Amino acid sequence: MSEYSDLYQDLILDHQKNPRNFGEMEGANHHADGFNPLCGDKISLSLRTDEKGVIQDIRFKGSGCAISKASASMMTVALKGKKSEEAEKLFHQFHDMVMGTGDAKPPVDLGKLKVFAGVKEYPARVKCASLAWHTMEAALHQENAVISTDDGVEP
Amino acid sequence: MKTNTRPKNRKPAPKNQGAKKIFRFDVEKIRKDFPILREKVHGKRLVYLDNAATTQKPLEVIQSLDRYYREYNSNIHRGLHLLSEKATAAYESARVKAQKFLNASDAREIIFTRGTTEGINLVAQTWGRKNLGADDEIIISAMEHHSNIVPWQMLCGEKGAKLKVIPINDAGELVMEELKKLFTAKTKLLALTHVSNALGTVNPIGEIIQYAHARGVKVLVDGAQAVSHLPVDVLALDCDFYVFSGHKIYGPTGIGILYGKYKLLEEMPPYQGGGDMIASVTFEKTLFKKPPQKFEAGTPHIAGVIGLGAALDYVGEIGWGAIAAHEHDLLVYGTEKLKALPGLQLIGTAGQKAGVLSFTLGEIHPHDIGTILDRQGVAIRAGHHCAQPVMDRFGIPATARASFSLYNTRAEIDALVKAIRKVQEVFS
Repeated sequence: MSEYSDLYQDLILDHQKNPRNFGEMEGANHHADGFNPLCGDKISLSLRTDEKGVIQDIRFKGSGCAISKASASMMTVALKGKKSEEAEKLFHQFHDMVMGTGDAKPPVDLGKLKVFAGVKEYPARVKCASLAWHTMEAALHQENAVISTDDGVEP
Repeated sequence: MKTNTRPKNRKPAPKNQGAKKIFRFDVEKIRKDFPILREKVHGKRLVYLDNAATTQKPLEVIQSLDRYYREYNSNIHRGLHLLSEKATAAYESARVKAQKFLNASDAREIIFTRGTTEGINLVAQTWGRKNLGADDEIIISAMEHHSNIVPWQMLCGEKGAKLKVIPINDAGELVMEELKKLFTAKTKLLALTHVSNALGTVNPIGEIIQYAHARGVKVLVDGAQAVSHLPVDVLALDCDFYVFSGHKIYGPTGIGILYGKYKLLEEMPPYQGGGDMIASVTFEKTLFKKPPQKFEAGTPHIAGVIGLGAALDYVGEIGWGAIAAHEHDLLVYGTEKLKALPGLQLIGTAGQKAGVLSFTLGEIHPHDIGTILDRQGVAIRAGHHCAQPVMDRFGIPATARASFSLYNTRAEIDALVKAIRKVQEVFS
């Protein structure tokens, strides 16, 4: 065990190396691009929901650090088959967990996503872990949204 | 020919070597001057290799701030009391120190700013607004920090002027033939960095300034990364403006220097209006003071100015010969050690470099490198280094960057190498 193993856990490293649901998607009805200008992380997220709002498929593309990539990969796994309201609820729980603003013990609903609990000890990396989630939320709410962890304003 | 095998207690080195007090560079002795180097981070001894972002402060600088606030805190250029006289004297003596440091011919050519960024903005908003018209051109380079891009971009936007960019090669050096092609009859200014913060490249600014002047083009040099590594002589360089930040040369944050040729400063309109920059004010008309006061509106960062003066004294006492030799050794040693690591690629391999090692590590993102290094006590910078166009040029989102200073050691470079190996283990 080493001093950073609370962050770089095997599950995170596995998803970083072999990201799930990675690549293009046909027939998406929600899409958003997320960008973290601080480190250049980019994610392009596509979702297909049915008439009941259930996420039938979700895929991502992009480049970034291990934390942002693993977070995106594990998010897609967690959200497939969930209703959009459930996805939003998970987003808030996840956000509270990585910010350290929620309960000391993360909610059981988060399941494997609890592996990111260690992120709260690394304030500089919170944006990496939450980029995919913010992008997902934007995709569900707007068409072809582009979000940034820092707002860029055209002059 | 003298060598560095001189016995420890032997007296003075020849004057032209620039060394006054410390004749044999002893890094362990230097380290004792910097209290922060005794700190631990995450329970590990701090290995501070983020000097291009900001340098640590020697005790002399810290004490100079403390002394000002304890013993003679007062406003300058106003009071008729003893404390104000003392503060004014200390403030103006720092100006003379900065003049000597840059080898400017006149202390009135030294303007105190908040830092490099403000220095560049000041020139853009005063000299630039006065002298630039529609279709005029400003030349910068592809290795500039955002602070030497954006102020010019804003000015060009306002005036309908054009920004032209000198390309760099794969080693991170300016392409000189292309540079020459960019000059036209419309070119008004060249704004160029002396040393690249992201790549470490030292630019041949002397030669470039001559070339620009032969075409009637004024030159601003961004010295933020240069001043702590090499001697700067603005008279010999003949640059029109030279800017730097105090905090990158062992001084406080929030204070910097703008050097400008006096004639240019005289012709420039003021930057900000307010107290201390006026000769007289009525509601009908205000008369401004002459430079440098014309550009120093409001109560300045007096403590910062005094602290910067102490920092320049500190560097002067050690001497450029000793600093350059030590930092060159670190650069050569670090380059060799890092190159030997499998999968590590150095970004910026110019023939002339300052102590900056920017690198990538295969697929491993620089932010992951930065986090794992931090937990081992090694502080580096990871990101785009406020030079996004440099990252674009090399087709990478970011680099990890270790940057050296006079208090770093070979042992710290070994610690860096060991920490990078840990990163590789985690991602193996």
